[in-house]
Amino acid sequence: MNYFQLFDLPATFELDLTELGSRYLALQRKFHPDNYAAASNRDRLMSVQQTANINDAYHSLKQPLLRAEHLLALRGLKISHEQRSFTDPVFLMQQMELREQLEEISTSEDPDDAIMAVEQQLQQQRKVLLKQLAAALEANTAEQNQQAAELVRKLKFFFKLQHELELIEQQLQD
Amino acid sequence: MALLQIAEPGQSAAPHHHKLAAGIDLGTTNSLVAAVRSGQANTLHNAAGNDMIPSVVRYGPDKTEVGQDAVAAAAADASNTIFSIKRLMGKGYAETQPLAELLPYQLVDQGGLAAVATRAGVKNPVEVSAEILATLADTASQVLGGELNGVVITVPAYFDDAQRQATKDAARLAGLNVLRLLNEPTAAALAYGLDSGQEGVIAVYDLGGGTFDISILRLKRGVFEVLATGGDSALGGDDFDQAIVGWLQQQSGQHQLSHTGRRQYLTAARKLKEQLTDNDTADYSFIADEQKLSGTLSRAEFEQLGGALVKKTIRSCRQVLRDADLTPDEVAKVVMVGGSTRVPLVRSLVGQFFATEPLTSIDPDKVVALGAAIQANVLVGNKAEHETLLLDVIPLSLGLETMGGLTEKVIPRNTVIPVARAQEFTTFKDGQTAMAIHVLQGERELVEDCRSLARFELRGIPPMPAGGAHIKVTFQVDADGLLNVSAEEKSTGVAAGIQVKPSYGLTDDQVAAMISGSMQHARQDMQQRLLREQQVEADRVLEAVGAALAQDGVLLDPQELAEIKSALATLAQVRQQDDTAAIKAAIEHTNTLTDDFAARRMDKSIRQALQGHKVDEV
Repeated sequence: MNYFQLFDLPATFELDLTELGSRYLALQRKFHPDNYAAASNRDRLMSVQQTANINDAYHSLKQPLLRAEHLLALRGLKISHEQRSFTDPVFLMQQMELREQLEEISTSEDPDDAIMAVEQQLQQQRKVLLKQLAAALEANTAEQNQQAAELVRKLKFFFKLQHELELIEQQLQD
Repeated sequence: MALLQIAEPGQSAAPHHHKLAAGIDLGTTNSLVAAVRSGQANTLHNAAGNDMIPSVVRYGPDKTEVGQDAVAAAAADASNTIFSIKRLMGKGYAETQPLAELLPYQLVDQGGLAAVATRAGVKNPVEVSAEILATLADTASQVLGGELNGVVITVPAYFDDAQRQATKDAARLAGLNVLRLLNEPTAAALAYGLDSGQEGVIAVYDLGGGTFDISILRLKRGVFEVLATGGDSALGGDDFDQAIVGWLQQQSGQHQLSHTGRRQYLTAARKLKEQLTDNDTADYSFIADEQKLSGTLSRAEFEQLGGALVKKTIRSCRQVLRDADLTPDEVAKVVMVGGSTRVPLVRSLVGQFFATEPLTSIDPDKVVALGAAIQANVLVGNKAEHETLLLDVIPLSLGLETMGGLTEKVIPRNTVIPVARAQEFTTFKDGQTAMAIHVLQGERELVEDCRSLARFELRGIPPMPAGGAHIKVTFQVDADGLLNVSAEEKSTGVAAGIQVKPSYGLTDDQVAAMISGSMQHARQDMQQRLLREQQVEADRVLEAVGAALAQDGVLLDPQELAEIKSALATLAQVRQQDDTAAIKAAIEHTNTLTDDFAARRMDKSIRQALQGHKVDEV
């Protein structure tokens, strides 16, 4: 299923999220099962399926990583459930360093400062990678699409680290 | 679909007549029913003049009593008087054991489910709740002057699939048409939201007697979206009373109390709490276990006692805001629900945290029922203009058991529903033809820490080498938050047979058996009811397809049109007779013939929705 088509939006990575959001609501308003509370069983079932599709599509386009994955899948590159390990030593080294920094937060003198420092680094790196990703997807050549897939894989690590950082922050607060 | 829907507001093909609908707040301690009349939502009063009905059922020697009458007999007939049944909904016998010693009635194991032994036989929570629902529906029918076309029933945001299903089963047993199960905090926001027409983020703070819920909603262009829900099911206003009881015991030095003595302390504590709502100090004077007690409690002292409790709720607020990716100052409105929010300390600390004065103009005990009534009125079709749309999320993650007793999440919590997600499995033995799947709900990693929803056995997988079969299991959650599962072997397209065994619920057959077995619905009634259900469905199909043809008949070629028209004529004819099976067959025939038409209309409808949308923007 082509999620961009569902919302009648161009299949690009740089998406107007406000526009996506309001189109999502327009479709929800039309198809939500609450509109069919008094309709026939078949119509109700179809409404549930249709809104489930709309929700899934919105969910997949809203987040940059999932959006990139969907775009790549439409271009014939499926990476959503692959098992693959990295061979880029520089990247792996960087990941290990960031991970060590995460582990040191709880024992550092000022955990709040340490969290901020790591968060800033993560944000910066993410920004750089996302920019590269946007450019690669924009180019849309076989080579650039492969490059985009690689960038998505790298970004996944950063989003995972961000998530772990939030968990640490939460633990410190509790 | 889209058949009925496409008729634009005010152009409904069917002649418009007012339908009767009610909102029901099925509470742990009290229940209420409300309806919209002359554009105004009000709670409905029974013949005795009460709108808050105790959620108590007594199975008496010759009749079943509900509400105040049941309470009156409670002391004399405790083992047959069932209260707090909501705490047992959708629960297994084993997990209700901690409650057993607190309840004066006898819990029994009914095929793994918790049930109650009464003089009228074993009654499960679905049956007991059905009695309460039927009583409320009776009140509504009497006040509104006719049978109800549909009801909206509220459930706590933290209710899992089994508890929601049990609530829906109870409604079915009571003979009610459920338009929607609605989360209680969402209903409360609805009661306020429609009145004020505000936009922005809304927090609903619900401190009941025994539970605490916090929900974050966003209201935008008439759309309510639940962003996140959280809370604590073991925290409530009763803890204030307990804190005061503890303080009173410190004053008196009476640490060993008899059962009656404890009650007297509790009564005194509640009185003090209520007095301190409007006064800075409150006096007490009572006798317990032959000791006379008197003195004064100041509000400052009380606030010190209850402060920890309120702070705990604030911690939950912080957590749920984090889930919604928001900060407290982004919350525009705070709605207060539950009698315990009358405590001034609660109001001030909540106001402080969110930096805004909480909304308290609607009675916090009634606000949920009123919101449900408003939604029921919309869903039953009484409002031509469909202004409000409610987007909900699932409160707890749905997942599957994987190797090593771990849970794998398939649909994470706070995902907008309805939702469908598929997961693929493969066989691990040569020639394997069956596979067991365990469905779980919860946030924890270990299977034993999550709630078991159901076990599925997939059968009829074609024999293949290990890893050769690809089984796609699809989880679908509907707008009520109820889960359906289907499975298919992908390479051969064989739909694997599923045997569903809900871990803490009743199968469809069991519910049907309860309906036909209950004294109120003799066999004759049951057949009448099934016929009536099919007739209602036939009417819906006739109305929907008729409206669709009138609007979009051009999408059909002449032959298709003729076939559909002939199917409709047949359906209209059998609908007049009393052959349930024939009506069912005619409905199915019509549905099959119009499936493709419905799909075409849906595509058109999507384009229209986006088109109209674009025009809006210009």
